[in-house]
Amino acid sequence: MTDSTRRAGTVDGARAVAPLLIGVIPFGLVFGIVAAGSAVGPWLGGSTSVIIFAGAAQLATLQLIDAGIAGAVVIATALVINSRHLMYSAALAPHFREFPAIVRFTLPYVLTDQAFAVSIVRYGDVNDPVYKQWYFTGAALTLWITWQISTVVGIVLGAQVPASWSLDFAIPLVFLVLLVPSIKSRPDLIAAVVGGGVAVAAAGAPYGLGLMIGAVSGVVAGVIAQRVMR
Amino acid sequence: MTDLAIILTIGIGTYLLRLSFIGILGDRTMPDWAMVPLRFVAPAVLAALVAPAVLLKDGAVDLSPVTNPRALAALVALLIAWKTKNVIAVIVAGMAAVWLLQALL
Repeated sequence: MTDSTRRAGTVDGARAVAPLLIGVIPFGLVFGIVAAGSAVGPWLGGSTSVIIFAGAAQLATLQLIDAGIAGAVVIATALVINSRHLMYSAALAPHFREFPAIVRFTLPYVLTDQAFAVSIVRYGDVNDPVYKQWYFTGAALTLWITWQISTVVGIVLGAQVPASWSLDFAIPLVFLVLLVPSIKSRPDLIAAVVGGGVAVAAAGAPYGLGLMIGAVSGVVAGVIAQRVMR
Repeated sequence: MTDLAIILTIGIGTYLLRLSFIGILGDRTMPDWAMVPLRFVAPAVLAALVAPAVLLKDGAVDLSPVTNPRALAALVALLIAWKTKNVIAVIVAGMAAVWLLQALL
């Protein structure tokens, strides 16, 4: 009974994220190519896929280190980017409460936007904690393995790509693909416009704080917009 | 600070953010004043990552397709991202646009 529930959960979770891999693979390849050209070095840069395992933060980290930004600012910026995981953790906590303690401490390592998105939808329809645990595991591990493989392939490819191909332009393109679906309401749009606009205006800010100033301004603008429009 | 130390700190910090409510804060629910801003992190951060990368050239806003083909190419990519939400289509179209502009202008 439990065995078949585990298997069903794992397979369903993996199936649910399969269509999303179309977005994950090119992102991982681009990240690997960036790591290959980074001053950090391809393998330390690539190791962020295991150590950090959050694509946007990984790209920003390498970009900021390459730009010679101070460590504290790089860390703060990456953690602001990843602060959205607090929201995912809060939403998943009531479901994860029923999992064994060891699992509650290990599974969050593989938490991602995509694993969160498919799981929280499925959790609305099912109650069995064993199924829930393995559904998340199947989804999250599929993403983890795909991310590691595409990072390594990207690093290998990146060593062959000449700079004249402007492949670094693929970085903002990947962010653009993530940005568009994140705008679901007018306050979201205002957060994006202000975030982008202030980041451009603050690009010359000392210590490489421009990105963080832009991001925080965008968040504040979104909160105000939501208050005003309600 | 070494690059490795920076990366490890971000890795540990990111794990703790993911663990927060699941493993540490447990039954507590997040208050609204904390939850609402988090909803805007994705659009604000992603726009803050994209805009300077495509609009700035040598530190100044440059929208000319001749000197900064990335701005126009990004606009093409934005339209495709909006219409299709297909990552590969966006990357291919954006890269093709930037190569074409570089070759033609």
